Amino acid sequence: MAETKTKAKKKSAKMKDPLGQHGISEELALDLMRDMLLYRRFEEKAEEAYAIGKIGGFCHLHIGQEAAAAGSIKPLRHDDYVMSAYREHTQALAKGVHPNAVMAELYGRKDGSSGGKGGSMHIFDAECRFMGGHGIVGGQVPLATGIGWKIKYKGEDTVSLVFMGDAAVNQGGFHEALNMASVWQLPCIFVVENNEYGMGTAFSRVSRTDMSTKSVPHGIPSHIVDGQDALATYAFFRDLAEKVRHGGGPQFVDLQTYRFRGHSMSDPVSGTYRSVEEVEQAKDERDPIAILRDVLKKAGVLDQATLEEMDAEAREISAAAADFADASPLPGPEALYRHVWAEINPNGRLFFDGRPESEEAS
Amino acid sequence: MAVMTYREALNEALREEMERDPDVFLMGEEVAEYDGAYKVSKGLLEEFGAQRVVDSPISELGFTGLGVGAAMAGLRPVIEFMTFNFAFLAIDQVINSAAKMYYMSEGQFPMPIVFRGPTGAALQLSAQHSQACETYYSHAPGCKVVTPGTPADAKGLLKAAIRDNDPVAFMEGELLYNFKGEVPDDDDFVIPLGVADLKHEGGDVSIITHGKMIHIALQAAQKLEKDGIHADVLDLRTIRPLDMDAILETVQKTNRAVYVEEGWPYAGTGAQIVAMIQEEAFDHLDAPIIRVTQADVPMPYAKNLEMLAKPSAKHVIEAVNKVLYR
Repeated sequence: MAETKTKAKKKSAKMKDPLGQHGISEELALDLMRDMLLYRRFEEKAEEAYAIGKIGGFCHLHIGQEAAAAGSIKPLRHDDYVMSAYREHTQALAKGVHPNAVMAELYGRKDGSSGGKGGSMHIFDAECRFMGGHGIVGGQVPLATGIGWKIKYKGEDTVSLVFMGDAAVNQGGFHEALNMASVWQLPCIFVVENNEYGMGTAFSRVSRTDMSTKSVPHGIPSHIVDGQDALATYAFFRDLAEKVRHGGGPQFVDLQTYRFRGHSMSDPVSGTYRSVEEVEQAKDERDPIAILRDVLKKAGVLDQATLEEMDAEAREISAAAADFADASPLPGPEALYRHVWAEINPNGRLFFDGRPESEEAS
Repeated sequence: MAVMTYREALNEALREEMERDPDVFLMGEEVAEYDGAYKVSKGLLEEFGAQRVVDSPISELGFTGLGVGAAMAGLRPVIEFMTFNFAFLAIDQVINSAAKMYYMSEGQFPMPIVFRGPTGAALQLSAQHSQACETYYSHAPGCKVVTPGTPADAKGLLKAAIRDNDPVAFMEGELLYNFKGEVPDDDDFVIPLGVADLKHEGGDVSIITHGKMIHIALQAAQKLEKDGIHADVLDLRTIRPLDMDAILETVQKTNRAVYVEEGWPYAGTGAQIVAMIQEEAFDHLDAPIIRVTQADVPMPYAKNLEMLAKPSAKHVIEAVNKVLYR
C-alpha cells in the first residue's frame, strides 16, 4: 500500500495502546490486516475480470468497506448466521466461504458457491451459515429476523447478523422486521453499512432523520460505529455479539463507511451525485486498510516487509481464485431444471414449458 | 367417516401436524388469542403455547419474510394470511424469496413453508376484499398452489402441504369454512399433491375447475342431469403440481370442456389449462373450450352487481350448452 497521510494516523498517534485499548492481540490485528488485504485484492480481481467480460450482470464491489466486513463478521462464531444484500462478496469471504467458490460464482461456473445459478448477488453457503446474497433492497431484513426467530424457537445461543445498505431503512419491511424483532426480543443484529449513498442518492436527500434514530421507535438500541476503523469495529461487534447471544435483545448498528467505487460496475465512481474530490478525499483519509496499517506500524506490530508479504499473499489467493474460476466448467444444461423444486411430487406436473428436459427433470 | 366443517378439518390438520413435528409453528394475524379471524386455529394456542401459535403484528411483508427466514434455518412455518387479499403486501417475499431460494442457492436452502388463508370473494366485501389470487402464485416456478374445495380435501391436502419441502400457497374459501362434509377417520389422512378428483361422473362434457368453484360446477352438473346431459366434474385440487393426466383423460372421454374459475379471465388458470388441452389433445376436441370466470371487472359492492360479476351455475350451464352446440 502506498503511504498516505491520514486523519486516523494523526488520531492514532495520540493513542498509546490501540490494540490493548480494544482488547485485540497483535496476532488478531495482523489477521484482520491480512483479511482486509484479501478483500481488497479479491475485489480488484473481480473488477478486472468484469472489465474483460469474465463476469457478467451486476457486480457490486466492496472496495473501501473492508473494515466493516472484517470487523463485524470476524468476531462471530462459525455457527452464527450472517445474511446480506448484494454487495456481499467479501462478507462471504469473512464468514469463511472459500475465495475460489465466491469467484467461481461471479464467473457463473459450476464450482461457484451457488453452482453458478446465483451470481454476484446470490452467494450462499449453508455450511458457513452465510445465508445469501439477496437482491431486493431490504428484502433480507425480515428473512434474517426469521433466522433470529428460529434461534429463539430452538433455544440456541447463536446470533443472526444482517447487513443492509443505508437505503434499505426506507423500506417498509425494515420497520416491520425491527418491530417484530423487538416485540419478540430476537437475537438479531441489524447492521446498516452506511456508505452515505443508496446508488446515486445521498441518504440526507431521502431522510429527514438521522440514521442512528431509525431503530429508536422500535425500542431497539442504536449504535454508531466507525466502520473504517477495523480494530474499533471488531471490538464493538465482539462485545455486541456476546451481549445478544446472552439475551441482550436485538441491536441496530449504524456502521459508517464509504464506497470507493461506483454503485455497481456499470456505474461511474463519481459524477453528478458526488464529486471526484469527495471520493479522493475519502480514499485519502478514510481508507480502512491504510488506517489499520498506520496504527499497526506505529505500534510496532507491522513492518513494511511483512505488509508487502501479506499483500503478495492476498494477490496470490485472488489470482488463484480467478484461475480456479476460469478453469471451472460452466454448469451443464442438466443444471437448468435442477433445484427448482426440493420435492418432485410423484403426481402431477411441475414444469409447464413443454420441453423434454423439464419432463425428464420431473 | 366423521362429518365436520371445512374449518374443523383444517384445524385438525394443523393440530395433527403440529403434534407430529415440533418444528411446525403457526404465525399470523389473530391466530392465537382470537382463535383465528375465521376460527381455523381455534384451541391451538391452548394446546401448543404462544411459542408455536403466534399472533403477529399487521405486517404481512414482515411476518411472511420472517417465516421464509425461519424456513431457511430449518423450521416448517405455517403463515396464515387473514385473507390472500392482504398477501399482496407480502408477495415479494413469497415470489422473490421463498420460491427462488432453493434454486438460486443451488439446493442449499429448501423452503418448507405453507402460506395459507382464504382467497376469492365472500359476500359484499367489495373490490379489495374479493379476489381470487391463485394465478399470482402458480405463475412462479418454485411455488406450489393448492385449492381444496371440501373438508376432506382441506384436511388431507393441508397435511401434505405442511410436509412438502417446497413453499405452498394453500388457498381456502371464506364461504367454505362452514361447509360440512365427510372426512375419513384415518388418523393420518394425507392426500398427495398433484392428484385431481373426479367429483361427478358423466360422459357428455368435462367441467374442469378448482377450489370453491367445484360447488358451482356440481350445481350445474346436477341441473344438467335433469336435462339429460351428463357431465364430468373434475376438481384439480392442486394447480401446481397439476394433474394433467386426469385432465386429458376426461377431455379424451367427452371431447368437450368448460373451465370454471373464480378469478379473472386474463392469464387465469383456465387460460393455462385451455392452452395445454389444445396442445396435447387437439384432435380429441369437438368444440372450442369455453372459460367461465368472474366478470372482467373489480368486484362491486352492490348485491345485484356482485351477483352479476360472480361466476354462477347458470353461466356454467350456458357454457356447457355452447360446447355441446345446443
